[in-house]
Amino acid sequence: MTTLSALVEAQEYGSPDRLISAIPYAELIGVECIKLGHELIFKLPKNADNIGNPSLPALHGGVIGGFMEVAAMLEVLYETKVTVLPKVVDFSIDYIRAGRDQDTFARAEVVRRGRNVVNVSISAWQGAEDTPIANARAHFLIKPTPLGTEREPLSRSVL
Amino acid sequence: MNIDYTKLMKAVIPTIRHCEVLGIKTEEAREGYLKMQMPWHEKLVGDTDHGVIHGGALTTLLDTTCGFASASALDPWGLAPTLDLRIDYMRPATQGKAIYAVAEVYRKTPNVIFTRGTAFHEGEEDLPIAHCTATFMQLDHAVSDGLKAWLKDFEVEKVS
Repeated sequence: MTTLSALVEAQEYGSPDRLISAIPYAELIGVECIKLGHELIFKLPKNADNIGNPSLPALHGGVIGGFMEVAAMLEVLYETKVTVLPKVVDFSIDYIRAGRDQDTFARAEVVRRGRNVVNVSISAWQGAEDTPIANARAHFLIKPTPLGTEREPLSRSVL
Repeated sequence: MNIDYTKLMKAVIPTIRHCEVLGIKTEEAREGYLKMQMPWHEKLVGDTDHGVIHGGALTTLLDTTCGFASASALDPWGLAPTLDLRIDYMRPATQGKAIYAVAEVYRKTPNVIFTRGTAFHEGEEDLPIAHCTATFMQLDHAVSDGLKAWLKDFEVEKVS
């Protein structure tokens, strides 16, 4: 199944789980999605493959970032009901505490939905939500543009 | 310090489980500079319609590259935790092509190390996939005991 067809199906059934299984990277790190009423909580179960510092041991900072980016994208899909795959434009993360080798959770919030760009705020925690391990923000492009045309960067065509 | 950082990184990186999962390998290292490579693999994809590598895999590649570039700027050599990291995604990575990342330390203060990095396909350095800036904290000795225990496994060979 393609990512886009999974997206359409996930939105029809209101089930982001169907989308996770269509994103190989999300499956690789083990992202899960829990639907609480109208809210989505994302879970990254304890996984030895996600360790980045064997001495603590601690989660790789990149995995925490990747997990939060997946959470942000799924929240955008769920919130905005767009029928394109949101493309990340930029992503900024503050690491607050070391991520221990245990279950991690995340919640994402659409701060503003513009016509083409969505601003999202994301928080990740382990023990309690009020002691986050990281906070992040991201922009996603939700403009339906064919990827083929976009792959010709402006700088090259100008040259 | 005159250390063979390339050799050192080639010993350290394989002990990091998640870097092994993503296939991240050391290309070249020197004090305050690091170049790494991550092969294209279908398990790293975020958009299966176009085979584009997910931003999360790029985050790990750039965090690792900037982090160990900053580690090599420490004397003695050590590890500095990430304070923050920002990535700008300039264009999607091409299906099937390995991604390279380079990072450099552009400022080091007694407490904080400032780095910047880019990710690109070899031969397409003028059209980067992503830019990144990241800052790292120098640990005080009390916190870094566990770290020292891990790092002492790697013999640092001095090059005269």
